[in-house]
Amino acid sequence: MTLSLQARKLACERDDRWLFEDLDLDIQAGEIVRIEGPNGSGKTTLLKILSGQLADYQGELFWNGLPMRESRQAFLESLLYLGHAPGVKAALTPQENLAWYQALAGDSGSEAARLTSLASVGLAGFEDVPAGQLSAGQQRRVALARLELTPRPLWVLDEPFTAIDRDGVEALEERLIEHARAGGCVLVTTHHPLRQTDELRRVSLGGGGQRHAEH
Amino acid sequence: MPNTESLSPATEGRTSARGAREPAGGLAVALWATLRRDLVLLMRRRSEVLNPLVFFALVITLFPIGISPDPDLLATIAPGLLWVAALLAALLSLDSLFRGDFDDGSLEQLLLTPQPLPMLGLAKVAVHWLLTGLPLALMAPVLGIMLSLPAGSYLVLAVSLALGTASLSLIGAIGAALTVGLSRGGVLLSLLVLPLYIPVLIFGAGAVQAAILGDGALAHLAILGALLALALMLAPWAIAASLRISING
Repeated sequence: MTLSLQARKLACERDDRWLFEDLDLDIQAGEIVRIEGPNGSGKTTLLKILSGQLADYQGELFWNGLPMRESRQAFLESLLYLGHAPGVKAALTPQENLAWYQALAGDSGSEAARLTSLASVGLAGFEDVPAGQLSAGQQRRVALARLELTPRPLWVLDEPFTAIDRDGVEALEERLIEHARAGGCVLVTTHHPLRQTDELRRVSLGGGGQRHAEH
Repeated sequence: MPNTESLSPATEGRTSARGAREPAGGLAVALWATLRRDLVLLMRRRSEVLNPLVFFALVITLFPIGISPDPDLLATIAPGLLWVAALLAALLSLDSLFRGDFDDGSLEQLLLTPQPLPMLGLAKVAVHWLLTGLPLALMAPVLGIMLSLPAGSYLVLAVSLALGTASLSLIGAIGAALTVGLSRGGVLLSLLVLPLYIPVLIFGAGAVQAAILGDGALAHLAILGALLALALMLAPWAIAASLRISING
C-alpha cells in the first residue's frame, strides 16, 4: 500500500488570526501523525482542510503526488474521517447506522460484517437498541466500528478518544498502531497521551502561527 | 513540488485496483440506502411528517368559518387558497431537511463519501416530497370539497400539486442547504425561497382555475412539468454547492 498526503505552505486565517502559516506536512503510509496544540490552535481546522472539507485555506495539497483537486475522487475513496460529532443517528439502531455507511461506500454490505465490527468495539448485544438510548461513549464506539467496517487506508480522526473508557482507549490505540503497521496511515488529534512507538510522529501547532514539527 | 512523475504510476495502479474492488452498483446502493434511511427516520418521528399536513387541513378548515360559508364565494377563492396553504405547509417542513444531519455530523460524512453529492441530495429531497408534497396533493381534493370546489377540477388539483410540490421541494432544498449552518435560518429560508416559489404558485393555481372554467388545464400542467424538469436539472447541483458552502462556514 503506497499512499502519501502532502501539504505545501499551508496557511489558514480565522478571525484575523493566522492559525498556522507555511505549514509543510508529509504523511506517508505506516505513520501515525498526531496533531498537537492547545485548545483553539487549529487542530480541527487542519484536519478538516486535510480531509478536503474546508476550501478556505492557502497552500497546496497533494494526494499521492497529484494536486488534490485532480485526485479528489481517489482521495475520498481512501479516506475515513471521524469528526467531533460521531455522525450517528439517535433514532436508528447501531446496525442501521452502519448499514448506511456501508452503502455510502458503495457496498451493499452484509449483516455479518456489521455484527463483527460492532462486536470489535464492544457493542455486541446492543445492535438493535436505538442509538439515542446508548451512552455518549457507546455512540462514539458505533462511529469507531466504521474503522473495521469500511477498510480505508487513510484515517483522519478528530478526538476519537472522547467519552471512551480506559479499556476502550487502549484497544483503540492498539488498533491505530496495527493499522499503521499494516501500511495504513492515521492522522489524529487527541489530548490523551499516546504510547510512543516507531510509527508515531508529532506535529505541533502553537498559538499565532508558531509551529515546529518534530520527526 | 513533489515529484509527480515517479508517483503517478503507483496512483494509477491504486485507482484501477480500487475500481475493480468497488461493486458496479455503488451509486444505486448508496441512493437506495439514503432513501430508506431517511424514510425510516421520518417514520420514527411521525409528528414531523404530520405537522405540515395538519397545518394544511387547519388553514383550509378555518377559511369557510372566517370568511363566509357561501359556496359561490368559496369556489372562486378555492384554487388559490388550496395552493397557497399547500405551499406554506411545504415551506414549514423545509427547515428540518438537512438540520438533523448537520447537528449530528452525518452531513460531514455525506460530503466525504466518494458518491456524487448532487445525487445524494436528490435522494433526500425525494424523501421530503414523498412525505410532504405527495400527501398534500392527495389530501387537497378532500379539503377541496370543504371549499365547494367545482366537480371536474379535483384531478387537476391533485396532479398540479404533485408536480408543483416536487419543484417546491427541490427549490426549497437549495435554501435549506444554504441556511443549515445558521442557528435561526427559518425566516431567512422563507425570504430566500418564496420569490422562487411564485412561478410555481401562479401556474399551479392557474391550472385549477382553468379546469374550473373549462379552459383545459393541460397547458398549465405542461408548464409545471417544465418547471419541474428545470428544477430537477439544476437544483441538485445548487444543493450540493450550497451544502459545501454551509459546511465551510
